[in-house]
Amino acid sequence: MNEVLRVDRIACTGHGVCAELLPERVQLDEWGYPLVSSEPVPADLVKHARRAVSDCPALALRLVPSG
Amino acid sequence: MTRPTATAAATRAPAPAGRTLPRLLLPAGESGTAGAHLRRHGAVPYRGGPGLLIDTVEDSGLTGRGGAGFPTGRKWRAVATGKGRSVVVGNAAEGEPASAKDRTLLITNPHLVLDGLQLAAEAVGAPSATLFLDGGGGVRESVAVALTARPQDRVPITVVEARVAFLSGEESAVVDALEGGVGLPTSTPPRVFERGVGGRPTLVQNIETLAQVALIARYGPGWFRSVGTSAEPGSMLVTVTGRSRVPAVYDVAHGTALSVLVGSAGSDGGDGSLGSVGVFARQAVRHEVSAVLLGGYHGTWVSAADVPRLALTRESLGAIGASPGAGVVVALPASICGLVESARVLRFLAEASAGQCGPCLNGLPRIALTFGALSAGTATSSALDDLARWSGLVVGRGACHHPDGSMRFLRSALTVFADEVDVHLTGRCSTPGGVTVLPTPAPRAGRAWPARRAARS
Amino acid sequence: MNPLWVLSRATGFVSLLLLTVIMVVGVLVTRQQQVGRLPRFVLVGLHRNAALLGVVFIALHIAAVVYDPYVSINWIDAVIPFRSSYRPLWVGLGAVSLDIIVALVVTSLLRARIPAKVWRGVHWAAYACWPIALVHGLGTGDDTTRPLGIAVDALSTVAVLLAVVWRLRTPQQPEPEVRAATLLAQLEASRPTERVTR
Repeated sequence: MNEVLRVDRIACTGHGVCAELLPERVQLDEWGYPLVSSEPVPADLVKHARRAVSDCPALALRLVPSG
Repeated sequence: MTRPTATAAATRAPAPAGRTLPRLLLPAGESGTAGAHLRRHGAVPYRGGPGLLIDTVEDSGLTGRGGAGFPTGRKWRAVATGKGRSVVVGNAAEGEPASAKDRTLLITNPHLVLDGLQLAAEAVGAPSATLFLDGGGGVRESVAVALTARPQDRVPITVVEARVAFLSGEESAVVDALEGGVGLPTSTPPRVFERGVGGRPTLVQNIETLAQVALIARYGPGWFRSVGTSAEPGSMLVTVTGRSRVPAVYDVAHGTALSVLVGSAGSDGGDGSLGSVGVFARQAVRHEVSAVLLGGYHGTWVSAADVPRLALTRESLGAIGASPGAGVVVALPASICGLVESARVLRFLAEASAGQCGPCLNGLPRIALTFGALSAGTATSSALDDLARWSGLVVGRGACHHPDGSMRFLRSALTVFADEVDVHLTGRCSTPGGVTVLPTPAPRAGRAWPARRAARS
Repeated sequence: MNPLWVLSRATGFVSLLLLTVIMVVGVLVTRQQQVGRLPRFVLVGLHRNAALLGVVFIALHIAAVVYDPYVSINWIDAVIPFRSSYRPLWVGLGAVSLDIIVALVVTSLLRARIPAKVWRGVHWAAYACWPIALVHGLGTGDDTTRPLGIAVDALSTVAVLLAVVWRLRTPQQPEPEVRAATLLAQLEASRPTERVTR
């Protein structure tokens, strides 16, 4: 199953933990907010993606089925 | 293609003969009172149960008149088949400053809107309906009078006044306001047609669309399709502003030539239809008008040179990246600088941000300031690069489409006024200047928006 | 010297220290405060791991007390407060504090599955839990006036007080009142514009 990362833009306050834990898929813009790739998360990164989701202090990151 | 309706409608007046426009606005001399409305169109043609009107609405090809243009029948079907008892909201929170169609409709012909609200509630199975509106300018009073004159209504209607702001009419903001929130957009999914007010499937429908339904239910999809194009049937309300700076609302068929609309700017047809009024020569258009803003402040500029070959359809306008939007048409007089006007709009858009999402909160003000410097002739050499970078950083990164629409406006301004941009980068301006033509109301003073985030810690 | 009693006191003090770490780090995380060049996920992880470790030490603490023959405290007294025959009030406060900790841990483990408001509401109880745990320790021990006891209690109290005061004085990020209009005004003030020349 293909999963993609989705950001709740209102809940996100720019903690930046996601970019630290999943730099392959998340970068921070010049204001500290996540630029999240819309590509499906490859199998070898899913574990890290799940950790990024659970470690977000604002609960703003979700892993959802793509499409 | 018309399928027979399931049950006979209530007594209908015959289809209005002769002139098919205006449809939603009233010809000069006609009254919008309950009695006059009843004589003109007859009683509300209830179908007698849920779901029965939806086929008719689908067959008519009616699309939403709030700006997004989503097929109305499909939206109704989605709400009607959703989980839980449906909720219906007529949306008249006209946050677009350059648009006056919704308030005009509610003041001159409220019963058509209220009929449509009744029919929508019946069709999706909602036990009651809400009319969400900006009550100023006489709307509140007009609606109150109209409601007291409708004892036969089967569906109770509650009026809720909206906080006047650009984003107030966004559908999730409407739902938020109705649930006692501050009235700002919320995160989606789920969309409101799936889970809205109270978690129930919610139909948030622009009131002009509801008024169109009130007529389609009486006269049929064939009648609706008798004007407009086959791909985009029917008529729509447009708010045209030009040299006179007084917005005039017209009821026009889809496919109307843009030059007819622009040419009418500054002259008042008086009867809500364009008819033979205001058909200016194409030459005159080009000399007096330098550009036209289409759709609203999330819309696009179109240069005067392109106007003669454009028509009021998604297809025609889509070819140059524009759209009819909420029917706003503003003709920019050639004596006014398009960059200066656009800078004012961008500042308005920045101040209109809900401020809930980092990219929008940070990007739009910076864009407004830099573009403002550009319009004042004081921009630095990095201005265009900054604008491009910030614009790329805000699109698609907000909870709603405010940053997306604002960037559409920005890009069209930089494209259509490209020559003027070059002039301004040298610190000069080509136009003599004049009184502004685009309204940009200031945000309400003080704590206009109780901060949603104050509830967090 | 009763070894189980010593164990219960020792695990009790360690639990208090862990709760202190949890409070201080929690405040740093919620205020998005970076500590030196430490990655933010370290603080998030520290907060969570200190909590899980704290659960372990509290479990040992309770076990030691229950198996201690010199005081009559049952397992049930650890969760239902004020029932024990030994110092019911002070032991009971420990039970209250444990109940809150259980709620905090359970809601945090189920965080993605429960409404955010519920998780947040329960998490606020942490500010009640810490002082209750402190007072529980003061009331149940015979060593609170000994140098080590004083040191641990004082250090922990100072740390939590500082963290709370700092939290109250530090604005949330981004500040709720920073609407675009305010940001525009700030940006404009920081960069004056000159008059246009035509």
